[in-house]
Amino acid sequence: MKWEVVIGLEVHTQLTTKSKIFSAASTAFGAAPNTQTAVVDIALPGALPVMNRGAVERAIQFGLAIGAKVNRKSIFARKNYFYPDLPKGYQISQFELPVVEGGAITIQVQPAKGDPYEKVINLTRAHLEEDAGKSVHEDFHGASGIDLNRAGTPLLEIVSEPEMRSAAEAVAYAKALYSLVTWIGICDGNMQEGSFRCDVNVSVRPEGQAEFGTRREIKNLNSFKFIEQAIKYEVQWQIDEIESGRKIQQATILFDPDSGETRMMRSKEDAHDYRYFPDPDLPPLVISEEWVERVQRELPELPVAMQARFAEQYGLSAYDARTLTASKELAAFFEATVAAGADAKLAANWIMGDISATLNREEKTIADCPVSSDALAGLIKRISDNTINNKTAKDVLKKMWESGDAADVIIERDGLKQETDTGAIEAIVDAVLAANPKAIEEYRSGKEKALNALVGQVMKGSGGKANPGMALELLKKKVS
Amino acid sequence: MSLSQDDVRRIARLARIAVSDDEVAASQAQLNQLFTLIEEMRAIDTTGIEPMAHAQDVMLRLRDDEARAANRREAFQAVAPSVENGLYLVPKVIE
Repeated sequence: MKWEVVIGLEVHTQLTTKSKIFSAASTAFGAAPNTQTAVVDIALPGALPVMNRGAVERAIQFGLAIGAKVNRKSIFARKNYFYPDLPKGYQISQFELPVVEGGAITIQVQPAKGDPYEKVINLTRAHLEEDAGKSVHEDFHGASGIDLNRAGTPLLEIVSEPEMRSAAEAVAYAKALYSLVTWIGICDGNMQEGSFRCDVNVSVRPEGQAEFGTRREIKNLNSFKFIEQAIKYEVQWQIDEIESGRKIQQATILFDPDSGETRMMRSKEDAHDYRYFPDPDLPPLVISEEWVERVQRELPELPVAMQARFAEQYGLSAYDARTLTASKELAAFFEATVAAGADAKLAANWIMGDISATLNREEKTIADCPVSSDALAGLIKRISDNTINNKTAKDVLKKMWESGDAADVIIERDGLKQETDTGAIEAIVDAVLAANPKAIEEYRSGKEKALNALVGQVMKGSGGKANPGMALELLKKKVS
Repeated sequence: MSLSQDDVRRIARLARIAVSDDEVAASQAQLNQLFTLIEEMRAIDTTGIEPMAHAQDVMLRLRDDEARAANRREAFQAVAPSVENGLYLVPKVIE
């Protein structure tokens, strides 16, 4: 039987506010335990929550960025459960009326086999809620330790429709969402610190069946690699179960990166009944038209719009435009390079090529690039005006990277200027031709490419300073 | 609608309240009285009335995003039953 995989994601994005969602305690990561808690966060009796305007603003930004409905009125509810890192005995969340409803995001999928494709994934909702604290299960004489620094950190939980049909699509969705929330700056995207955590709902059904199969929810995946591994394992597990005649039970499961397997956390029998009800401490959140309009005006140009503009304004291919808008910083670097006088196509090639490759190798991001956009433009200008050829430019870039010197300084100092004196190159060309009578013969008998092989020898003879185009032209001229 | 004794036990378990068998019977009677009241309210025609999420007709007050709460760990932990290395200690929880 052929099986179809159905996947939906719930992503918890930690918002970039300075203070918590309902208190004025700091949200900074890594402080000593329990030093960033206010009376609300530790649930002292009588302490009342006061909503952070910055958290609401970020929810509005997200809603507008995905073309969703930003509800002018939304409700906060109590989600009741008991756990020591949740001092109130409930989490303040949104249930019936979330701040954001609907919206969609376009994903670029690179399947395991076949060509990449685009797909639109619809979103169900996004709602504001508070994070819980952290439990430390190291041994404290048989006790657990509780750190409430994270308690009350604002989260936007983003829920997708179950529209993904493979691990590759789920990863593409998570990446697209990640890129968007970091692009508009509502989330710092630090996955190691838990700023972007995914719960993945997975089910399988026989191809062609309309009803969904029973789903299991994989909790708390904090890397794209784990999302992919966990889904692949889980899908195979579910298919094996069904094909062995067993039924899937709804359950919450955990992925163990060490074993690469998923395991049951709790089954449906003891699944939580959260008994949601509107929080009497928090009246409805009302968002004015003016507020939404201002956020709309201040929203940065979004990746999709920027891609279209890059194609139009700089004549870049769709692929180049997409690659350069992978992050806001990369896009800004490209635009700054062009603004500093570099040819756009060359700038795109250099940034996507040598610059990105070297950054990857050194595990750096564009923000730490030792060659500035101005410096790169300086190099590209020397390629455009034929001062140096492409191959020399690669070496110059390497030296710029190491020394921080400008391209012109290196070219001058190391005498890398391209030889444009035809006479000097002609002498080299003559010598090369004299040594390669066979190539000349082949060329004359119609094998056009025979001379291309000789360009390399001319380049070598010139110490890399000849212009390859000019060398080929001279070679042809001499033999015909 | 009326609750069975099993319903009462389940609600008690969800709320982490220990109830004896006698208490279950008493709670069942009290809760079912509440449901009678709810049934009466449900019978009222509320067509065209927007549901309320809050008893008062007010809207949420917002504060500016400023981190200005002082570190009061020492004061908070002075009243905690057990602390170590800045952490609150609780009976071991394993999921």
